[in-house]
Amino acid sequence: MRAFTYQRAASPAEAAAAALKTPGAKFIAGGTNLLDLMKLEIETPPHLIDVNGLGLDKIEPTKGGGLRIGALVRNTDLAADAKVRKDYAVLSRALLAGASGQLRNKATTAGNLLQRTRCPYFYDTNQACNKRLPGSGCSAIGGISRQHAVVGASTACIATHPSDMAVAMRLLDAKVETVRPNGQTRVIPIADFHRLPGTTPHIETSLQPGEFITAVTLPKPIGGTHIYTKVRDRASYAFALVSVAAVIQTDGTGRIALGGVAHKPWRVEAAEKELPRGAKAVSAKLFANAVPTPENRFKLTLAERTLAAALLEAKG
Amino acid sequence: MKFDTPATTNPIDQLKVIGKPTDRIDGPLKTTGTAPYAYERHDAVDNPAYGYVVGAGIAKGRIAAMDLAKAKAAPGVLAIVTADTAGKLQKGNFNTANLLGGPEIEHYHQAIAVVVAETFEQARAAAALIKVRYTKTPGQYDLEAVRKDAPPAEKGKNDVKIGDFAGAFAQAAVTLDATYRTPDHAHAMMEPHASTAQWDGDKLTVWTSNQMIAWGAGDVAKTLGIPKDKVRLISPYIGGGFGGKLFVRADALLAALGSKAANRPVKVALTRPFMFNNTTHRPATIQRIRIGATKDGTITAIGHETWSGDLPEGGPETAAEQTKLLYAGANRLMATKLAVLDLPEGNAMRAPGEAPGLMALEIAMDEMAEKLGIDPIKFRVLNDTQVDPAKPERLFSQRQLIKCLETGADTFGWSKRKAPGTARDGQWLTGMGVAAAFRNNIVMKSAARVKLDAKGVVTVETDMTDIGTGTYTIIAQTAAEMMGVPLDKVVVKLGDSTFPVSAGSGGQWGANSSTAGVYAACVKLREAVATSAGIDPTKAVFANGRVRSGNKSVALGDAVGVNGLVAEDLIEFGDLGKKYQQSTFGGHFVEVGVHAATGEIRIRRMLAVCAAGRILNPKSARSQVIGAMTMGAGAALMEELAVDKRHGFFVNHDLAGYEVPVHADIPHQEVIFLDETDPMSSPMKAKGVGELGICGVGAAVANAIYNATGIRVREYPITLDKLLDRLPEVV
Repeated sequence: MRAFTYQRAASPAEAAAAALKTPGAKFIAGGTNLLDLMKLEIETPPHLIDVNGLGLDKIEPTKGGGLRIGALVRNTDLAADAKVRKDYAVLSRALLAGASGQLRNKATTAGNLLQRTRCPYFYDTNQACNKRLPGSGCSAIGGISRQHAVVGASTACIATHPSDMAVAMRLLDAKVETVRPNGQTRVIPIADFHRLPGTTPHIETSLQPGEFITAVTLPKPIGGTHIYTKVRDRASYAFALVSVAAVIQTDGTGRIALGGVAHKPWRVEAAEKELPRGAKAVSAKLFANAVPTPENRFKLTLAERTLAAALLEAKG
Repeated sequence: MKFDTPATTNPIDQLKVIGKPTDRIDGPLKTTGTAPYAYERHDAVDNPAYGYVVGAGIAKGRIAAMDLAKAKAAPGVLAIVTADTAGKLQKGNFNTANLLGGPEIEHYHQAIAVVVAETFEQARAAAALIKVRYTKTPGQYDLEAVRKDAPPAEKGKNDVKIGDFAGAFAQAAVTLDATYRTPDHAHAMMEPHASTAQWDGDKLTVWTSNQMIAWGAGDVAKTLGIPKDKVRLISPYIGGGFGGKLFVRADALLAALGSKAANRPVKVALTRPFMFNNTTHRPATIQRIRIGATKDGTITAIGHETWSGDLPEGGPETAAEQTKLLYAGANRLMATKLAVLDLPEGNAMRAPGEAPGLMALEIAMDEMAEKLGIDPIKFRVLNDTQVDPAKPERLFSQRQLIKCLETGADTFGWSKRKAPGTARDGQWLTGMGVAAAFRNNIVMKSAARVKLDAKGVVTVETDMTDIGTGTYTIIAQTAAEMMGVPLDKVVVKLGDSTFPVSAGSGGQWGANSSTAGVYAACVKLREAVATSAGIDPTKAVFANGRVRSGNKSVALGDAVGVNGLVAEDLIEFGDLGKKYQQSTFGGHFVEVGVHAATGEIRIRRMLAVCAAGRILNPKSARSQVIGAMTMGAGAALMEELAVDKRHGFFVNHDLAGYEVPVHADIPHQEVIFLDETDPMSSPMKAKGVGELGICGVGAAVANAIYNATGIRVREYPITLDKLLDRLPEVV
């Protein structure tokens, strides 16, 4: 871990301005991912801005009938919130499928969205990784890639996004509210928030330098049956091989988003139109341009079968 | 004391303390966080500096250049030791690769430097400033690719050829010829390797985490080139070892070197990412098993060939060993081949040999039973042997395999098992599997010193270790039983090289051997105490804190006087182990559910039935067995060091990537110990059980998966991707 300076921000705008002032500065909230990465010198911020005291820890109704979730709301609190459990059950279930109780107590809503990949080559500073060291290459390609992306990857990076929560957020069409260093706010639809790796896998979101997440909002509830199925090698405390978030209406229409398959939560709206035709048809559209590795080709079958099981479950 | 005739009745047989389920006497220290571990010896060492290990970034080659300038100038840095500055080092007797590499690099994350600084954070930050340029050499990292040319291990001295295997196999009515694969496994114990070192002139003290104190002290001395009597190793509490701490590792050496260089006590712990490539692991195996039988299920030919790899001068994973002894069969072939691989050092991990060997053999037995149309338990019973198949005149000291399997079948409800792929519980396909458990019983000489003081307190000193197994407690039980005092009148001191040399902890030899050593010392102490009390030692009875004979009864404290009495002895084992085959046996039963859509495998129930001699403390023995069953479940379903065959290292080098079971993976576990005493093993009549618990678990899980799905997987771990294409349609 490199030595760093530290400040407590007094307001979101001040946090954003401070972040712009010191290139490479990072916000720290729960620190469940950032501190680990700093210990390994994968992240080497010269300056940390502690945003825990900004009062962004409330869950409030919005005028449009939705919910505004403060950026600092802990995963445990969000998963347990009565409104979330009632109207956005898929989000609660996704949260509870992630990490451990201890980590969820610390991890925050915005921090969860900003998790870095768990690619083992990203985690080993002896190995080439375009995400960690742009231009150094990708060791995962041709290497151990069972956990890696099967769709939307590039020749520069085949990493996945590790979050469960983000998959549910994508399904629910959440919006990310931010404040920029100049004090202006903006709203980023979750679909535009996470990026595919392309040639710049080190740039993972559409946030601009210094831009600070203040809240995530959910539109008004959409009803339906909420399902989050996470498939993994052990029963708990593991990243998804594949996860399926689904909200299925009684008429068989609905939404589908997948985790564990791409550099971001994977949702293809056109694929959802195939829902009445079943999992195979939906999968075909979801994975139309899939390029799996020999080690992770099984994820295509697994995703389709997990989706089929979810649709069966939705029927009751 | 020489143990060379079968044990007769002795004070242990009173079973007033031995054999009773007993809470750990070290439990309160553990649960209150006051048991001092090697990295936390604030009580023993003042103002230690912190050492941080730098590991090689390549698997094989040479360091071309190493730039220490920035690290040396970094805040707080006191010293940096590399192979260039360490002075002449030798390799320890128990190490395959050098603990401090450079300029030659023998494996990935081999230690190449230790940075010593005032704080841990300063040492770590400075370590990251060391720039190393390497010249890589091509290495061999793929067991599959090199196994064809692998020569017999140790010139084939352990290989077995009995009768005409090839001929009998060719003529057998029913045959199986299948190849099984087990991956490299990590010990992944809770406490990483850690040491604190301090020099006093030319004397070195190392507080470390080590299973074998005398081996360790010897290898520290040898590596540093100093006399063994100048080295003191202290290791009273160990946060798990599983064989990974049988040997001195880089933490101990680098703490010693760092301490010398910095002229300060230094402590070094390996970080978790280092635990996988810097230390040892259980090597991967490829195992070919051939079984031939008559139509009625009598095995006529049994062959087990196994391949593994290790660094030059390393050893094999002896996965064919149990096949020499577990089942009958007139024609036999066992062969162990060893390839050279440039992966990190392979070595012992819980039940080396049998653990991966039974993962293969016991699937093969299941497959064979199915081919024969015989129940897998019945097939095993049919081929049981009460003698060493290689030397029929040699009996087993005890062998209750059949009773283990039959007791297990009754308890588990084996008769309810259905045909493969036909039992279902909602979305879950369910199935049951069985495997035999087998692990040899090794005995090792073991010494102890026992003191009795004027207050009647018995103190035991031996360099034996408690690696979380419950050794403190069984040693206290032994001394209490022998001296006729309650447990709270016994103090046990372990893990110090100034104490008499014990068996140490490994190969499930520790419990029986070390308590037998304490027994021997207590026999001597009893003589001295009785004599001191004026009682004929041959007639003395020790009970209720007193020694008595006839009408004479003296309190122990009074008997020994103000200075107390001390006795020391060791148990040495004669050739009973040659005359009789000493092994432990068991049956593992597992029920699994396999999700019909996703292929997720979840264990539902586990049962182990063990026959392993006298169980000294049923409570801690049960803990050992359920822990071993958990480890076996991990090996069956998830544990695998993923080898990058291009760069030669284990890629998943943290506990997020190397998955071991969590609580949610482990359901109800039941353990039954059969009533057994083994007079051939020691005066304790006990045997090892901590490794028996893992032996066969993997295959029982695999066989249960087969029973649930009809899918046979011969390559561990059995992950869902190996089932997916053959599962039923999701409807």
